[in-house]
Amino acid sequence: MTRRTGAVGYLLLLPAALWLIVFFVVPFYSLLATSLFDPAGSDFRGYEMTYAWGNYVDAVKEYWEPMLRALWYGALATLFCLVLGYVLAYTIAFKAGRWKNLLLVLVIAPFFTSFLIRTLSWKLILADDGFVVNTLQTLHLLGEDGRLLATPVAVIAGLTYNFLPFMVLPLFASIDKIDHRLIEASSDLYANPVVGFFKVTWPLSLPGVVSGTLLTFIPAAGDFINAQLLGSPNQRMVGGVIQSLFTDAGDYPAAAALSMIMMVGIVAMVLVYVRRAGTEELL
Amino acid sequence: MGRWIREHLVLILGLLVLAYTFVPIAVVVLMSFNDPASRNVYRFDAFTLDNWTDPCAAEGMCAALGKSIEIGLLATLGATILGTLAAFALVRYDFLGRSSTNLLIFLPMASPEIVMGSSLLALFVAAGQAGQLGFWTILIAHVMFCLSFVVVTVRSRLAGFDDNLEQAAMDLYATPAQTFWRVTFPLVFPGILGAALLSFSLSFDDFIITNLNAGTTTTFPMYVWGAAQRGVPMQVNVVGTVMLLISMVIVIGGEVNSRRRSAKLA
Repeated sequence: MTRRTGAVGYLLLLPAALWLIVFFVVPFYSLLATSLFDPAGSDFRGYEMTYAWGNYVDAVKEYWEPMLRALWYGALATLFCLVLGYVLAYTIAFKAGRWKNLLLVLVIAPFFTSFLIRTLSWKLILADDGFVVNTLQTLHLLGEDGRLLATPVAVIAGLTYNFLPFMVLPLFASIDKIDHRLIEASSDLYANPVVGFFKVTWPLSLPGVVSGTLLTFIPAAGDFINAQLLGSPNQRMVGGVIQSLFTDAGDYPAAAALSMIMMVGIVAMVLVYVRRAGTEELL
Repeated sequence: MGRWIREHLVLILGLLVLAYTFVPIAVVVLMSFNDPASRNVYRFDAFTLDNWTDPCAAEGMCAALGKSIEIGLLATLGATILGTLAAFALVRYDFLGRSSTNLLIFLPMASPEIVMGSSLLALFVAAGQAGQLGFWTILIAHVMFCLSFVVVTVRSRLAGFDDNLEQAAMDLYATPAQTFWRVTFPLVFPGILGAALLSFSLSFDDFIITNLNAGTTTTFPMYVWGAAQRGVPMQVNVVGTVMLLISMVIVIGGEVNSRRRSAKLA
């Protein structure tokens, strides 16, 4: 299609671009400024700009634990999503035949029920006298008074469940495009199915793996709903700290500093990851 | 038997994963018929239809629900209009700064919600609007994070568009306006509709960004969050079930419709 030139294009783009600049880009400047305010100020008295870089040092000193925990839980949940999501995406792409679209719809459907309601329903599934805990206790996989709620297991399980579609959809898009003849060729050349998978299917699905892991990891590491509803204060993640510093404690400079650290950290990790995976065209 | 399992291992595992995604949903549907005997609302005690016959018995829930629907509709309208215009610009027009525009549209989809929400709050506070947090600030935030998803959805529909059809219309003496409304718009409409549905569900379900910018306004997810501290009322599960049913009807309806259409063409 030939692209037209002229002012109309700019006019069509302008409202959306302005909205994003004013309410997405400029806020990062406000966030940076807020993170350097005098920590002695308050929401009530107002803040003074003192270029207090010490806010960052204090934030790291005080909250390094929830920060690392967010990265760790996020990474584990992403790994579990990758395993589950790959099986599901592979099944839909290669085994579903004419049911492909219907299965795809079924993958997305449960996630239209509110995020919070879904998470709360895990609270019932993993409850102390519930079926899962009782079974694990019978099998002696869990101690007599062992529990799942308020442990890292519950939080990571919740994260894995909630962000699964973010993994399945890009994986499906990539796997679905793979030419079946390549896999047949590998078996003609005496590769067993496992070797064939790792030499042919897996490498060809890497673009989906990369975008799926990013789309899962970023929201999972920033989430605090699962940690709050399924965990205990010992499972607090950095997102929850930021949110309570803003809304409960009203300590804006510390919250803004933490938020900045989180954003810079995630952007840096994403760039390194994408470069190492060699799929820069994704961005 | 062993051989059958080995041959269908992947399929069986895949269907098990699919079943797993429905377990919590089954719980939500079940609990919508629960009549809790005690304050422990995370256990099924007795069957009742009361939650369905009087969902608004849960204090404050229907007001929050109404607020969420109101914000969802307005945010969808705003984001769909702005996003569709931008998608047309990106596909149909040439302009300077294309790659930075693409980045501007991509970034909101890749940023953690807590960071977007807190920076927006920092902006509102810096602009002296800290006391005005509420309906309008939520709406601004929702249009912001829905916008990119609309642009991406409509853009992909437009990119697969055959512009011979438009040229044919022009050859048959249609004016540019007639061409747009009779040919272009009907063909792009499914993309726009999909984008609008996606926007509504994103807006309706958002908690993290909303909670930071809501002031004293309560949306449905905020209501659930607040109620979760002391145990949610069972009517919340009725809303969850209805949301599931509506989305199932919409997506399966769309699927049936497109099957019927391709059957007609074949």
